[in-house]
Amino acid sequence: MTALLLVVWLATGFGTVFFARELSRFTLFDWPLSFYMAAQGASLVSLALIGFYAWRMRTLDRAAQAAAQQEPSS
Amino acid sequence: MSGKPSYFGKLSRYYLWYTGSFALFLVAVALLEQEGMPRLWIGHLFMFATIALYATIGVICRTANVTEYYVAGRRVPAMFNGMATAADWISAASFISLAGGLYLQGFDGLAFIMGWTGGFVLVALLIAPYLRKFAQYTIPDFLAARYGGGAGGRGAPVRAMAVGATIIVSFTYVVAQIYAVGLIASRFTGVDFSVGIFLGLASILVCSFLGGMRAITWTQVAQYIILLVAFLIPTMWLSAKHADNPLPAVAYGSLLPKLAEREAQLARDPREEEVRAEFRRRADDDAARVAGLPASWEAGKLEAQRQLAAARARNASLTEVRQAERALATYPNSVPDARALWLERRDANLARARPPEPHATPFPGATKEESDARRNNFLAVVFCLMFGTAALPHILMRAYTTPSVHETRVSVFWTLFFILLVYLTIPALAVLAKYDIYTSLVGSDFSALPTWISYWANVDKANPLVSVADINGDGIVQLAEFAIDADVLVLATPEIGGLPYVIAGLVAAGGLAAALSTADGLLLAISNALSHDVYYKMVNPGASTQKRVTISKLLLLGVAFIAAYVASQKPADILSLVAAAFSLAGSTLFPVLVLGVFWKRANHHGAIAGMVAGFAVCLYYMLRASPMLGGSSVDAWFGILPMAAGVFGVPAGLATIVVVSLLTPAPGRNSNGMVDYIRAPE
Repeated sequence: MTALLLVVWLATGFGTVFFARELSRFTLFDWPLSFYMAAQGASLVSLALIGFYAWRMRTLDRAAQAAAQQEPSS
Repeated sequence: MSGKPSYFGKLSRYYLWYTGSFALFLVAVALLEQEGMPRLWIGHLFMFATIALYATIGVICRTANVTEYYVAGRRVPAMFNGMATAADWISAASFISLAGGLYLQGFDGLAFIMGWTGGFVLVALLIAPYLRKFAQYTIPDFLAARYGGGAGGRGAPVRAMAVGATIIVSFTYVVAQIYAVGLIASRFTGVDFSVGIFLGLASILVCSFLGGMRAITWTQVAQYIILLVAFLIPTMWLSAKHADNPLPAVAYGSLLPKLAEREAQLARDPREEEVRAEFRRRADDDAARVAGLPASWEAGKLEAQRQLAAARARNASLTEVRQAERALATYPNSVPDARALWLERRDANLARARPPEPHATPFPGATKEESDARRNNFLAVVFCLMFGTAALPHILMRAYTTPSVHETRVSVFWTLFFILLVYLTIPALAVLAKYDIYTSLVGSDFSALPTWISYWANVDKANPLVSVADINGDGIVQLAEFAIDADVLVLATPEIGGLPYVIAGLVAAGGLAAALSTADGLLLAISNALSHDVYYKMVNPGASTQKRVTISKLLLLGVAFIAAYVASQKPADILSLVAAAFSLAGSTLFPVLVLGVFWKRANHHGAIAGMVAGFAVCLYYMLRASPMLGGSSVDAWFGILPMAAGVFGVPAGLATIVVVSLLTPAPGRNSNGMVDYIRAPE
């Protein structure tokens, strides 16, 4: 999962910049898309990724804890 | 565990009170200004009130307990840890210079926004939670335990190298922060630059000296609140003024098309063209002089001497004689000096002869190659800043201060959240200020210049921060006649927007808070590395805890004074220093940290070789490609700027670790067990 999130991060971070010239033709409410991505979009995606990761890891941790308690062997 | 919610509640209550009193303080000062309190006093009041506040928190949180001193007792709740890390992170460079940089560079400047925020994904996913699980005190601790090796397998060589890297990186960075403290203090209180440095230093010391990480954490939370308020108030004001919406990050989208229109209009304006032609002519003059060296240097020198003699002979006024004297005194001493100076001046003139670049267009360039080169550099800078962020010791150190691994992950989330509150507004401020200057200053009359221009133009006479000169003599300000330094934009924003001086003082206090909080964290990272890793783990393992903390405090004092001394020498270029610190951190520490967590086969030979290789490649490239350090930009690889040397350093470090580890025996069972442990769920 870490790898998957990193791929999303790479795509938003470096992908949008690499194709910035092509993307700038589109606009998202008044904003040129590439400018928006660089100024806000990429950072917000990062924030979402970290949030998702923290939440997901906690559920995994809890599941592991529950599993460990169910079979207290060794 | 049951005590935690109330601890959190208590803290929240404290900081709410604190924010409330700060607001009251602002209102009180605003009223005093209405009553006619002089500007200088307001500056003094802000400086001393905030410094006294930080010192008080430092005194309240004084401690001599080891865990409290190094990692704040590991009980800082995620949200507050996030706030403190954000303050740790938002340095003077991002608070003061970033918006100005965006103003000047347009789209290219956004590389800093992307790089400085995107790096936290790496921190959260790859490094921070694992460090917390390991639960020691410093970064070298982790590396030494993971890689082992050396005498008795205690990892002394790896530790020593990691300490070296930590110190080099943090020291370069802390010098830049202290320099900024001196700059702000001297501008707003009128004291001398070096006095300003030592004033700031005193407040840093009171805080970190007495209370270590614990005091620093709570001070940084306080500093974060101040800098957030200081940044948002003027920007919201400008936003409400131009876009009828007080949320700058949302509102400035509607301004972008208007700004683009105005830029296109200014690019075609015949009067602007007149001014640009004048700059081109000056650049040609300089180029001709450079071409005529060394004869032109002799001629220029004789001419300057003749002018001085003539001024004395005809009994000219004192100012004229002074001017002639100064012209002679500042005349380049030798032919190489003259070449450097004139080339620089030619480039400056050429730069001003160019039409304004459209703000929101990515990578404008005359040809496809030029545009591609800019794109590659943008990517390279983003890359370096991201990996540098993920390896800065003072940021990673904060991963140790939370109560659990989960809280560490959440704390990185809060960190980025609080950073974004400021960072999403920075590009907005750049656009708003640009729009304001393009529409209300450009085209106005020279006799009616706003007061902030003359105020800032007079702060530093030798190197004016703001300059306006009527170059084509039509009495109207053209855009090409106006130049502003990147560092002033944020400090001058309140006045550009027509706000009272209180807000300017507040912004200065915010800048000071940003610089101080970062310097605090960095100094602590250095002194911890020295006292904990060098003294306790390598020199005297039998030292009592009391002695370790005392040693750490003494070292902190020493390092702080050395840093202040270096900063008072005014090293050449602050921004390149900071960028160098990022590249070095990324290439040296990032590969060992990540491979240490995710690749069991990595051993201590590989770690040592990797750190050396990353550091060496990075340093070599900087020396090779940076004109300032004696290299030349012709030697650059793929046209990448020396600032982004980490682009080569990080892969070099990673590759070396892999190759050397595979060539040498696999690590022992201890490090395997440790990797399993830190990666196991709680």
